[in-house]
Amino acid sequence: MQPFTTHTGIVGSLDRANVDTDQIIPKQFLKRIERTGFGQFLFCDWRFQADGSPNPEFELNRPEAKGATILLARRNFGCGSSREHAPWALADYGFRVVIAPTFADIFFNNCLQNGMLPIRLSEDDVAELFRRAAAAAAAGSQYRLHVDLKACTVADDAGFSRSFTVDPFRRQCLLEGLDDIGLSLRHADRIAAWEAAHGLPAVAG
Amino acid sequence: MSAPRTLLDKIWDNHVVYTPPGELPLLYIDRHLVHDVTSPQAFEGLRLAGRKVRRPEATFATPDHNVPTTDRRLPIADPVSKQQIDTLRANCREFGIRLYDLGDADQGIVHVIGPELGITQPGMTIVCGDSHTATHGALGALAFGIGTSEVEHVLATQTLRQAKPKSLEVRVDGRLAPGVTAKDLVLYLIGRLSTEGGTGYVIEYTGPCIRGLGMEQRMTVCNMSIEAGARAGMIAPDAITFDYMRGREFAPKDFDKAVTAWEKLPTDAGAVYDRVEVFQGGDVVPQVTWGTNPAQVTGVDAVVPDPDAFGDPNDRSSAARALDYMGLARGTKIVDIPLDRVFIGSCTNSRIEDLRAAADVVKGYRVAANVHAMVVPGSGRVKRQAEEEGLDRVFREAGFEWREAGCSMCLGMNPDTLSPGQRCASTSNRNFEGRQGKGGRTHLVSPAMAAAAAVTGHFVDIRGWEYK
Ligand code: SF4
Repeated sequence: MQPFTTHTGIVGSLDRANVDTDQIIPKQFLKRIERTGFGQFLFCDWRFQADGSPNPEFELNRPEAKGATILLARRNFGCGSSREHAPWALADYGFRVVIAPTFADIFFNNCLQNGMLPIRLSEDDVAELFRRAAAAAAAGSQYRLHVDLKACTVADDAGFSRSFTVDPFRRQCLLEGLDDIGLSLRHADRIAAWEAAHGLPAVAG
Repeated sequence: MSAPRTLLDKIWDNHVVYTPPGELPLLYIDRHLVHDVTSPQAFEGLRLAGRKVRRPEATFATPDHNVPTTDRRLPIADPVSKQQIDTLRANCREFGIRLYDLGDADQGIVHVIGPELGITQPGMTIVCGDSHTATHGALGALAFGIGTSEVEHVLATQTLRQAKPKSLEVRVDGRLAPGVTAKDLVLYLIGRLSTEGGTGYVIEYTGPCIRGLGMEQRMTVCNMSIEAGARAGMIAPDAITFDYMRGREFAPKDFDKAVTAWEKLPTDAGAVYDRVEVFQGGDVVPQVTWGTNPAQVTGVDAVVPDPDAFGDPNDRSSAARALDYMGLARGTKIVDIPLDRVFIGSCTNSRIEDLRAAADVVKGYRVAANVHAMVVPGSGRVKRQAEEEGLDRVFREAGFEWREAGCSMCLGMNPDTLSPGQRCASTSNRNFEGRQGKGGRTHLVSPAMAAAAAVTGHFVDIRGWEYK
């Protein structure tokens, strides 16, 4: 997994609540059998018009969101289907961080498995970030944030700074880009002992 | 005496293998269900790392999402769908996993065949790369959806890294009125809990109203827990559960001994949940969703709400956006909403009791001229049973299409989709934008409500239906 330590990037504002994974990556693109190549289909139904051209109304198509790597959204982001294609699509498009007041559980876990950092901030803090991003856009510029996973802080250049929390184990995995499965297999003897204690036959080899 | 524990506590404690210092616990997984869409990348990951499946015999696979529901003897027309199903076949062969393939008499939606074959059992931990895995909790199991990376983790280690979720008791007192079903109950609960009310929790449904539900109705309730944000929903096992389990293919050989163990699972008196919500079964009327998430729901006797009436700004903008997408005007009576399509199926409502309920409504009537209606049984078994009972004839004679088992128009990955602007009464679980087809408009309802809507061409209150 790609490690995550610090990241500075442009904020893309998606001012919507309950963005579900069917929107993030519509089902017609779930037939691929690879983990890559999903970015082109991210938010497909919102992002493109019927003729396939970019929808100028869609938030992430606006000039201020060009090159965005930090996605800002309202509460319950990533609800619905468990499809890990959602974080794959976000990552493939270029996002490394998603900030929202709350996330759906499965999506949250799926991000952490893919070197992508979901950050929960209070509803007020998220509203403040939306305001700051909108103010920057109105002034014809892009809004940037600095994310530091070592210090667990998110900050801009104009005085906004907040800390956030992540599960310590997940944080360590992200910082070091650790392979979860490799870590768990270190405890294969304990798994085997559990199985034996529960009357399961031993695993061959 | 140890402290009183909840059903969740007991299953959890039974399955924690080890908590390495500073890390998340390793939770043992008893059963792993695998389907076509969320597994290819997990198997590929195993191959790349040279890893094996630790317990192939605890792993069961079936293609359901991508499969056509038309004649199974014909080849799959969509080459990309075909590739995904071929990939599942090849992976199951390579890693020694039991596959209920297309053409197998027991193929079906993974959450229908798990309980049906007795793979799902009380007290087990069950996972699947699918958010509706909560369905299996109806039998008193801890069952939840996981992502593909976690699928790979379970395949390789038969465990999952998991923090213990909090517990939420949803108690439903009283009983449901005639004509009101488990589907109406769960939609009503989601409407009150909100789409994220259960986030971070496992819901245990309790109370006389829940105890009064049959096994398949319990599955309908647990199935939609995820729509309230809860990864799992569960119901303590009781005599109804044990009766359901008895004689199933994978049920324990020493059944009485198993029952003795299962009887110890229900929450102890005095055990404390992290949160409790109480509802009255008698308050529930037949439900219809009007928006683009399952919490945007109301009674069939109500009207499409006014977005401005919502206090919360997020709810207000979501409702306004939803009405725009759904092409609905505020104040429209629910019973005045006309329909183009009716879909009876999905892991929420495609079991035999669902089909019986729908067939009862349809009997002696015909589908309205402007409506296209179809029934997609949840599994090969359900289909055979329905045909033995003559339900297929009732549906066909009324003008419904009668299809082969699969997810079908619940998510429209196969050719069964809505066209832009088409409006559908659906017994599935998600009314998200585009879920059943780009631009399609989905209203979630019970099987009986969907059947009545097919006949009349608009929603009707099933409580006043004239059964023939
Ligand atoms: S029927 Fe629908 S919700 Fe259920 S598993 Fe299939 S696609 Fe998912």
